[in-house]
Amino acid sequence: MDISLQQVEYRYQIGTPFERLAITEVSIDIPSGTYLAIIGHTGSGKSTILQHLNALLKPTKGKVVIGNREITSGEKQKNLKEIRQKVGIVFQFPEHQLFEETVEKDICFGPMNFGVSETEARARARKAIKQVGLSEEILAKSPFDLSGGQMRRVAIAGVLAMEPDVIVLDEPTAGLDPRGRKEIMEMFYKLHKERNLSTVLVTHSMEDASLYADEIVIMHKGEVYKRGEPREIFQSPEGLLELGLDVPEVVRFQHKLEGTFNTKLDKTCITLEELTEAVSGLLRRGELV
Amino acid sequence: MMDKMIIGRYIPSNSVLHSMDPRSKLILIFLFVCIVFLANNAITYGVLVIYTLLMISLSKVPAKYLIGGLKPVIWLVLFTLFLHIFLTKEGTLLFEYGWIKIYEEGLRQGVFISLRFFLLILMTSLLTLTTTPIEITDGLETLLNPLKKFKFPVHELALMMSISLRFIPTLMQETEKIMKAQTARGVDFTSGPLKDRVKSIVPLLIPLFISSFKRAEELAIAMEARGYRGGEGRTKYRQLKWGMMDSGMLVFLGVVTIILTLLRT
Repeated sequence: MDISLQQVEYRYQIGTPFERLAITEVSIDIPSGTYLAIIGHTGSGKSTILQHLNALLKPTKGKVVIGNREITSGEKQKNLKEIRQKVGIVFQFPEHQLFEETVEKDICFGPMNFGVSETEARARARKAIKQVGLSEEILAKSPFDLSGGQMRRVAIAGVLAMEPDVIVLDEPTAGLDPRGRKEIMEMFYKLHKERNLSTVLVTHSMEDASLYADEIVIMHKGEVYKRGEPREIFQSPEGLLELGLDVPEVVRFQHKLEGTFNTKLDKTCITLEELTEAVSGLLRRGELV
Repeated sequence: MMDKMIIGRYIPSNSVLHSMDPRSKLILIFLFVCIVFLANNAITYGVLVIYTLLMISLSKVPAKYLIGGLKPVIWLVLFTLFLHIFLTKEGTLLFEYGWIKIYEEGLRQGVFISLRFFLLILMTSLLTLTTTPIEITDGLETLLNPLKKFKFPVHELALMMSISLRFIPTLMQETEKIMKAQTARGVDFTSGPLKDRVKSIVPLLIPLFISSFKRAEELAIAMEARGYRGGEGRTKYRQLKWGMMDSGMLVFLGVVTIILTLLRT
């Protein structure tokens, strides 16, 4: 399912002294099957964009096209459930939304809201719990007896069981240990590839964005500052560094190396392997002096 | 959703009302609530309206915003207005249609009572709009201090108040966040049959309760870790300062009170 934001503006609490412009003139296309990362500081408008992707917020100007539905500021929208089933959002700290007595019931909650039968929902719960790397035994437990990391996975399973076409992730690894982070990011990437999902990742982590995303959008003060493939974005990291945004270690290393030895590597490296290869090439040719 | 609520909100500014001592503001509001009942004719209500308008202009709060804030209570006011109009049977008969009889006195009473409502709501909103919750509790704590002699837990009360006031916005945010998360999972909070809507409260309330309990525990630990052990001997970072303006405003309200007692019938 294609999603496209066209000249979207959103103001919070319009018409009060607390009115605040969150995003303005934001145009982003997310064709089916893309892995898009949205990066920016706190307050740059990332989370506001995210809530437009399944019509939790309506733009105050411009329009959002989700599949064949068009969401604009004026008209009242009916029957948004269809959109919400197709666009699953994993919010920040999704474990806060758990509430059922058992893990199984909680995972089934989403699908059953969208009219899936109980047997089908249970089958999906079993599938989803395996996808997030937990064992089936956990299904009978209370979600509140689990560890933080397990709760996070259960909550994610609850969204996966809705079988959305587009999955939107808001800092899905915040507060997890490095291993948990990696496992969860790998899992989403695998799902993205296998099910041909569209994935939108909202994150602070340049590392994750550069490793997984096909395209990166950098937000700054409510506007799109830059967009492009990871390699394009990191080709000139100066701008990003000026904004106080992090760049991946690999990119920073390359940038410093090039500065110190006044040389240029063949291409902008994203992974450690690429960097190693490029640097050893230079060494072999004896160019680093 | 809660955009329109003005009760309990604070608008930062540097107006006269903002810079006043919270104690004087609390006393003023208390007195105002009492003297509103002195008014009983058009002139005295006029005096009160002028006083309120003066206070609003001194507060620099946008009038449009204040009026917008009256919307949630308008139904209550209309209800009392109609009760008075239809149920009071005094004075001359103004209008008759079938069983509906409207008397002069009823109309008068209705309008006055509604006006009284509006004045009270406007003035109390002004208090919270121009005073931070912390200032209010500080002010209240000092005002209630004499009660300590009677073993009344003034400090604990003030602490409870400031903690609950502090966490109202947090709780609101949390509610909104969880509502959004559950909406994304297919819950419909705003439409559908009543039965479904009542049911949809469960996935909202349970996470809210859990996070509130967790937060309370964390707060208690954080306070103890920083050496909190009750109000005994505790000094204050914010000192309250009673200025000329505070005394002036009290005197002014005193004058208004005298005018009211002279003009009432």
